[in-house]
Amino acid sequence: MIEVRFHGRGGQGAVTSAELLASAAINEGKYAQAFPSFGPERRGAPVIAFCRIDDKPIRIRTNIYHPDLVLVLDPSILRIVNVSNGLKEDGILITNTRYSGEEIRKELGIKHTLATVNATLIATEEMGLPITNTTMLGSLLKARNILPADSLIGPLNKRFGRIAQKNINAFQRAYKETDILI
Amino acid sequence: MGKRIGIENSLAAAEAIMMANVDVVAAYPITPQTHIVEHLSELVADGELDAEFIPVESEHAAMSVCCGSSAVGARTFTCTSSQGLALMNEIVFIAPSLRLPIVMILANRSMSGPLSIWNDHTDVMSIRDCGWIQVFTENGQEIFDHVMFAFRVAEDPKISLPLIVNVDGFTLTHVIEPIEYWDQETVTKYLPDFKPVNVLDPDHPVTMGAFGMPSIFTEAKKSQDQALINSKPGIVQAWEEMGKLTGRHYRPVETNCAEDAETVFLTMGSFGETVSIAVDELRKQGKPVGQIKIRLWRPFPFEEFRQAVQGVKKIIIVDRAISYGGPGGPVAGEIRSLLYGEDNMPVITNFLCGLAGRDVTPEDYIAMYEKSEAMKGIVREEDYIFYGVRE
Repeated sequence: MIEVRFHGRGGQGAVTSAELLASAAINEGKYAQAFPSFGPERRGAPVIAFCRIDDKPIRIRTNIYHPDLVLVLDPSILRIVNVSNGLKEDGILITNTRYSGEEIRKELGIKHTLATVNATLIATEEMGLPITNTTMLGSLLKARNILPADSLIGPLNKRFGRIAQKNINAFQRAYKETDILI
Repeated sequence: MGKRIGIENSLAAAEAIMMANVDVVAAYPITPQTHIVEHLSELVADGELDAEFIPVESEHAAMSVCCGSSAVGARTFTCTSSQGLALMNEIVFIAPSLRLPIVMILANRSMSGPLSIWNDHTDVMSIRDCGWIQVFTENGQEIFDHVMFAFRVAEDPKISLPLIVNVDGFTLTHVIEPIEYWDQETVTKYLPDFKPVNVLDPDHPVTMGAFGMPSIFTEAKKSQDQALINSKPGIVQAWEEMGKLTGRHYRPVETNCAEDAETVFLTMGSFGETVSIAVDELRKQGKPVGQIKIRLWRPFPFEEFRQAVQGVKKIIIVDRAISYGGPGGPVAGEIRSLLYGEDNMPVITNFLCGLAGRDVTPEDYIAMYEKSEAMKGIVREEDYIFYGVRE
């Protein structure tokens, strides 16, 4: 089972991101769960969401405490939330940032493998908005190939309709532009 | 069967209600039931569902509308949680006395205060004795299946009683997971058209909701109790037929590794899935542990329950509601009284946990098991434990 924790700010689409990933996995014939950290929704406040993916039915119904992957949509969260909390030793922290992996590692003292991408730039250029939830999914699949990259195309089209292509472009660009620092 | 899709359980529930061809939906939005009702209102507004969506001014009005619409023979649905159920309470008790087959999804949430929107079972326990058929579900698939089951059972002319499908708020309502939809043909085969036993019709007048003098009240209540007790064969039959159509087999009391177990966990609702992981782990350690899940809460399946605990030495009852100053949690209280006087009565330990959405992990259940094993002497009714409480 792969467990993913998403960090974002209310309104940035962290929950949507988890949902899209789960939908893609289910379309691929796998089992998945996506859910928010239940609570009042507050625009701008740090929020988390979760996704589990497995080849067999998933029975556990708790929060994720030891994720395999942590995805950070908003770089401003890195300084205020301990995003690597509980991350497995062989886990990967995937973050939106304009800095390099080395700089992030030094600044935050994170030992895990790091995947970095300037998702804010990509989203702004591709969609005209700094909303990085779909962009960062490209980075996630680059960091660990838990699903084929094109498995997200269907869910993105379904979710975003006529603006889906812009999201797909940003998603694919992030997949290409993500740097991995082991 | 139909397609397998990844969808939020609440949206799937709303679509199941659409496929069940509901005539009237009357509901007032309240967290965490909201997504079910919002989606139903969307489906009606978009013309996909040909039903009356009545946006009432309160839950009291919602249940009142439901009684009216069910009485004229319309297939009727409502949905609420916690404080909404509390406001609806007065009419909740009236529906079964009128034998109106209304279906309700109760997105279980704690009763305030302190103000809380999160999941536990204090709302449903507050109406334990309301006279509705009450079932619990464990995952999205079970919610979908039990929408079809609910209308079929409630409207069965031999039953004709309202039915509550309990769905853990957030833990189930706000999760996306794979659900195998039924195709419309299967729904039609399983769920016949609603043919009400009595109809409120000006051309053929009947009295519904009459005044009951002391000389008749006890007789009316006994027949209501009998009606609920007598609903069980129809309930079991509806599950058996669903099993034939879907391959998913539901029973009033369900067990896992219980046959040779000395100790069993007892849960209702979504906690059962996480407990099954703890059971696997304890079995790996060689501990004779199993689990029992009560699916049918009312009418209580006495016979099936006694059979399930045959040979069991200890029952760890996980309660998600408090009976303040009373005998622990409401489930433990009931199980103790139903086993009282039985030969080889199992020891019952009672943990209150998962209140207002507090997470309970497989490790927590293992800790409850170990705590239970260490308990010596007589475990009395007043000996219950708030698991994980900070003091």
